This record gives sequence, structure tokens and C-alpha cells, in this order.
Amino acid sequence: MEIISYIFLIIGGLFFLLGGLGVLRMPDTFNRIQAGTKATTLGAFSIMIGIGFGVAEAHLDWLPKLLIIIVFIVISNPVGSSAIAKATYNSKNIPDNLVQDDLKDRGEDK
Amino acid sequence: MKYVTTFIALLLVYLFLAGFTVNEVILGSIVSAVLTLILVKRLNFRLDWKFPIRLLKFLFLYIPVFIWKLILANLDVARRVLSPKIPLHSGIVKVKTNLKGDFGKLTLANSITLTPGTLSIDIEDDYIYVHAIDVKGETEEENQANISGPFEKILGGIFE
Amino acid sequence: MEWLDYVVFSLIGLGLIFTVIRFILGPKLSDRVVSLDTFNMIIIGLIAFLALIFESNLYLDIAIVYAVLAFLETVVFARYLEGKSHGNN
Repeated sequence: MEIISYIFLIIGGLFFLLGGLGVLRMPDTFNRIQAGTKATTLGAFSIMIGIGFGVAEAHLDWLPKLLIIIVFIVISNPVGSSAIAKATYNSKNIPDNLVQDDLKDRGEDK
Repeated sequence: MKYVTTFIALLLVYLFLAGFTVNEVILGSIVSAVLTLILVKRLNFRLDWKFPIRLLKFLFLYIPVFIWKLILANLDVARRVLSPKIPLHSGIVKVKTNLKGDFGKLTLANSITLTPGTLSIDIEDDYIYVHAIDVKGETEEENQANISGPFEKILGGIFE
Repeated sequence: MEWLDYVVFSLIGLGLIFTVIRFILGPKLSDRVVSLDTFNMIIIGLIAFLALIFESNLYLDIAIVYAVLAFLETVVFARYLEGKSHGNN
């Protein structure tokens, strides 16, 4: 049980590391949002599962709380990133390497 | 009906947070009842007899696909981040959705954000604006099939 | 198995350091907000991991409250960013 827990915890830590590295290395804002959101969501997911395996024998009452944290993170993290992405687009801070931009021909200030 | 559903949902959240003991069940029932009376006028949802079937479908059809896609997305991010020169061919594309209802759209947008190489930026009526790291398709239909195809099918089966 | 705790801590800590570097470098305000969002998510994982280390239930409550506050913070910063665009950037 402890070994499974540590496997999940290390996978989670690894994805947190990748998320940080992605935020540091990606060249423009939208790609940074992508790397950060995906990697940290799976990282948090994996760490919660690891904690669940680690405490399943001693404290069974932790599991509902871990479930609530997972559900909340999976719902709120993409919504938050979408909010940042929309704000970034609306603040006229658009990277110039886009090959296609369908948002441009939408009406101004919607 | 609406009162009962709201009450059960609030009580479940309370018990998940506080633990399943007798004291907490009594106190949680009182708190949930008061909150139900306050909240129920502002809530706006409808329930029908199909709801349990939908919930089961959501848990057993949607969640496994979602987790599998999430893992794939992360391997994709890892490959991109760790390669010495980051391959980029990004753009913003418009994707049409056939889903009606706010919750369906929210779930679809979240799924798009957490699948490989895409990030939903904005929803406007029936269109979702998606930023993709790697724009593959030439036309709108190809992009739609690449980005939202599988989830659109599953969620359409659940929410319609 | 004690040393594995240190491995997990150092992985999470390296992730935090990278986001902080991006926060300091970030050429635009939006990059800073993105790095702050990532930073918050990593901190939630770290707090939950502390709950496992100290075997204390309280840290999970802290993690829940931190998650709610982090979401609010992200949305508020996004609104601020959007409102700021009407002036000079």
C-alpha cells in the first residue's frame, strides 16, 4: 500500500515539475496557460490519489475530503484558465505567431 | 422535488466535509434545511425521472474517457516541454457545438481545455473559441472533428 | 522509505522555483497571472502532502479553503486584466 502511494506521489511531483518547467519554457502566454493548467491538474489529481492510498488503512474519513478537493480542482482550474485566456486576448496582448485567428473577425468588445 | 434535491445535495457536501457521525448528521440537517429555504428561490434547474440514468452514464461513460484523455494530454505536454526546440504551430479556431444547456457547454469546454493541445477561450452562443498548439485541419469541419468530436458524442448522449 | 518524502518535496519545490522565475521574468502582466495560477495549484498539492506527513486532518481543510481562494483570486485578476486593457497597456 505504501509503495503504491509513493508511486502516485512521485508521479504527481513530476507533473508539478513539468508544469513549472512548461510555464518557464513556453514562448507565449497561451501556450504557458496550456502547459500550466494540464500539468498541475493531473499533478494534483495524482497527489490526492497517492495520499488516499497512504492513509486508507489508518484514517478512512479523509477520503471524502480528498474527493471534494479533486472535484473542485478539476472543475475550477479549467474555468480559471479560460478566464485568464479571455482576459489576455481582450487586453490586446496577442502573440504574433498565430497561424489562424477566428476570434479576430468577431464583433468588437462583446 | 426541488427542495428535496437541494437539501440532499447540501447535506451530502456538509457530511463529506465534516465526517459521518450522529452529531454532524443532526447539525448538518438543520443547516441544510435553513440554507435550502434561503437558496431555493434563486436556483434554476429542472429534474426529471431520467436524472439517475444520466448520472450513471456520466460516471461510467464520461469519467474514464476524460481521465484517459487527461493522461494523454499530460504526456503530450511533457513531450513538448522536454524537447529542446518546442514545436509550435498554434492558432485560434472556432468550433461549433450542438449541445444545449449551460452545464453541457461547461463540461464540454472543460473537457476541451484538458485534452491534448487545446484550450477553450470563450463561449458565445453555439461556438467555442479554442486555442490549439497544433492546428492540423484546414477547414472548420476538420478542426471540429479533431478537437471536440469524441466528447461531443458522449456528452450528447448524456445531456440530450 | 523516509527518503522518498524528500524526493517528492524536491520535485514540488523545483516546480515552485520555475514558476517563481517566470513570475519575476514575465514580460507582461498576463504572464505573471498565469504563473500565479500555476503556483497556487502547486501549493494546494503541497499542503495536502503536508497533511500526509504530519498525519493531521486539519491540513486538508486548509487545502480546500486555499483552493477556493485561489480560484477567486484567479478570476479577480482576470477581470482586472480585462478592465486594464481600455487604458494604455
